[in-house]
Amino acid sequence: MVPVSYYFALSAILFALGALGVLIRRNAIIIFMSVELMLNAANLLFVAFARMYEALQGQIYVFFVIAVAAAEVAVGLAIIVAIFRTKKSIDIDEMSSLKG
Amino acid sequence: MDAFNLVPWIILFPVIGLVLNAAIGRRIGERGSALIAIAASAGSLVISVMQYLALSAHPEGAVVYLADWIGIGALNVPWAFRVDTLSVTMMLVVSGVGTLIHIYAAGYMHFDVRYKEDPGSYARFFVYLNLFIAAMMILVSGDSYLTLFVGWEGVGLCSYLLIGFWYQRNPDGNKGIMNSLAAKKAMLVNRIGDFGLLLAVFMIFWAFGSLNFDEVLPHAETVAPWVIMFITLAMLLGVTGKSAQLPLYVWLPDAMAGPTPVSALIHAATMVTAGVYLVARSAPLFAAVPAAQTTVAFVGALTAFFAATIAVGQYDIKKVLAYSTISQLGFMVAAVGMGAFVAGMFHLVTHAFFKALLFLGSGSVILALERAHHVQETLSNPKHKKKGHTHFDPQDMRVMGGLRKPIRLTFWVYTIGALGLAGIPPLAGFFSKDEILADAWIENPLVFLLLIAAAFLTAFYVGRQLLLVFFGSPRSQPADKAVESPAIITIPLIALAALVVIGGLINLPGWHPFTNWLAHTLGEELAEPTEFNFFVALLATVFALIAFYLAWIFYGRTPLAEKQVDPLKQRLGRVFTGMENKWWVDEFYAWLIVRPYKRFAGFLADTIDWKFLHDWVHDSAVVNTFRWFARFLANPVDLGVIDGIANGLAKSATGLARGLSFFQTGFVRNYALVTFLGVVIMLGYLVFSS
Repeated sequence: MVPVSYYFALSAILFALGALGVLIRRNAIIIFMSVELMLNAANLLFVAFARMYEALQGQIYVFFVIAVAAAEVAVGLAIIVAIFRTKKSIDIDEMSSLKG
Repeated sequence: MDAFNLVPWIILFPVIGLVLNAAIGRRIGERGSALIAIAASAGSLVISVMQYLALSAHPEGAVVYLADWIGIGALNVPWAFRVDTLSVTMMLVVSGVGTLIHIYAAGYMHFDVRYKEDPGSYARFFVYLNLFIAAMMILVSGDSYLTLFVGWEGVGLCSYLLIGFWYQRNPDGNKGIMNSLAAKKAMLVNRIGDFGLLLAVFMIFWAFGSLNFDEVLPHAETVAPWVIMFITLAMLLGVTGKSAQLPLYVWLPDAMAGPTPVSALIHAATMVTAGVYLVARSAPLFAAVPAAQTTVAFVGALTAFFAATIAVGQYDIKKVLAYSTISQLGFMVAAVGMGAFVAGMFHLVTHAFFKALLFLGSGSVILALERAHHVQETLSNPKHKKKGHTHFDPQDMRVMGGLRKPIRLTFWVYTIGALGLAGIPPLAGFFSKDEILADAWIENPLVFLLLIAAAFLTAFYVGRQLLLVFFGSPRSQPADKAVESPAIITIPLIALAALVVIGGLINLPGWHPFTNWLAHTLGEELAEPTEFNFFVALLATVFALIAFYLAWIFYGRTPLAEKQVDPLKQRLGRVFTGMENKWWVDEFYAWLIVRPYKRFAGFLADTIDWKFLHDWVHDSAVVNTFRWFARFLANPVDLGVIDGIANGLAKSATGLARGLSFFQTGFVRNYALVTFLGVVIMLGYLVFSS
């Protein structure tokens, strides 16, 4: 049986990768995928703890997170498409027109 | 007593008359407004006679309370009427002579053709005349010094209004403001006198705690003599103003600028005698301080003599009478000053008769000349009728002469008045003047000398006037063509002449009805009958006859020719020039008071007010201080502090915003990094702090 700490480590690695991706990539799609990565790192942690404590709440939260993430992806992609249509680019560093 | 209760009507009648005339006088025409005024005055006379009859039965008199007037603490002055023998004497003189003069004025003001430009002047004249009667009645009937003072000021006001009645004229008839100036002079000179009376009134209240005659006069003995001295001397100042005594007499000759009936009523018969009445009313006060009495006597005697000398040198028929009035008032003041209160009041009454007669007679003469002049002008120059007259002074005795024949009636009544004034027996003036002289003979030889000299001069100037006006031959065309005045003017003259003839009866020597009459008010010891002094009477009469003879030598034997210099001038030289120029008293006053006063006023106006207050204080000091202060407020305070705060706030807000905008990079990843670091810090804190 794989110890829980391995899941921790994997989850942490995944989260760190996602966070790094969000912070250093400029492509909006990649950032989006990185956000998904962070969510799933959290999901993994939820599931691991649910198994460890044999409590179902963790798994239920995971379902919620997946549902919310799906909705978020739908809204986020729509926004990115809209931005692309006006700016012909999805480089988020160019999306700074609200700055005074 | 019912009759006593009617006494307020002596004031109410004239007041009703004047209100009616003021309201509708212009609409109802000359006849209507004259009738109203005469009826008002006659109503007063009827009431006065009723008071007299009631008083004959009850000689102790009465005080009739009408209304509360002033009540402040200890000062309690009701409006009450004092009916006693003294006040009723004055009421009878004022309303009696006043009514005759009202009748006369109704004619005089109609026939006086000089100033017809103002259609309202006729009614206005009678409004003033009735106002005067009302004010004079307040003066004589008041029960306290304060009501007396109200009347005193009221008659002063009427005097002012009536002297300046033709206010857009000069006394010579030309357009100008000299009449108004004469009125102003009367007002101002009287102010000085009234100030004295006011001081006396204040002092009386301070010393006696009351102003009512009943609470003041019987207690004269209880007050310190110096207080009484002060009161009486302050009163004397008031008397010299109102009764035209030295040194304040100068307004009375100028007051002749008023219409002649006014000169007769106010400036001869009634108002100017108010001072004599005041002294007689305050007899117990004066009797308490002999030194004040002596002062009063000398002021009167000196005035009598001084004014008589001036009267000798005058050419204006009314000016002679004006100075004569001052002189005769001097007789009365001297009499009351010597304690001969009855003699003074007696002379007041007879003087009211003969001086009113003389003034009204002179008015008749003036009218006769003026109308003749008017007719002559209109005939010779009908086109210029509207434009007025060529210059002709109908009051100048040098253009008269020979008027004995054309205006015979006026001549006769004038002669009666003149003889009465000169003190020829058995006319009224003889008895009254003789009583004063007899008193002076006993009391004070120096006063007697002054008075007998004044009496001598009186007879002389009276003779001079009679001879210049009525004898000889006419010295101008109007004098030649003069026509007698109508009946409305001559009837009052005849009535007054009758009074002059029989007036002496009221205090005939040996019988003394007037003395006994006044004794009810003054008390027995202040109203002692004067014994008839045969020597004095003879002396005065002889002097008067000598004076008449002298006047005849100068002016009768060889009548004055046209444009001839007064024959007295050759004989007396400089002295006559002095008389002619009124001893330069007016010029002396102008030099002593008026010019320094004007210069002082000019200094105050130009230097103090304009240069100092206006130019320096206002334009420099105040304005510059204000400007400096405004600049201080504007620059350091407003711009520096107020705006500094506002701008500083704005600036710091901008600076803060600019500083904060450093964090707003616009890069989403920056925000994400910050959020991330924030979460890390928060988690780190939560993990490591527990």
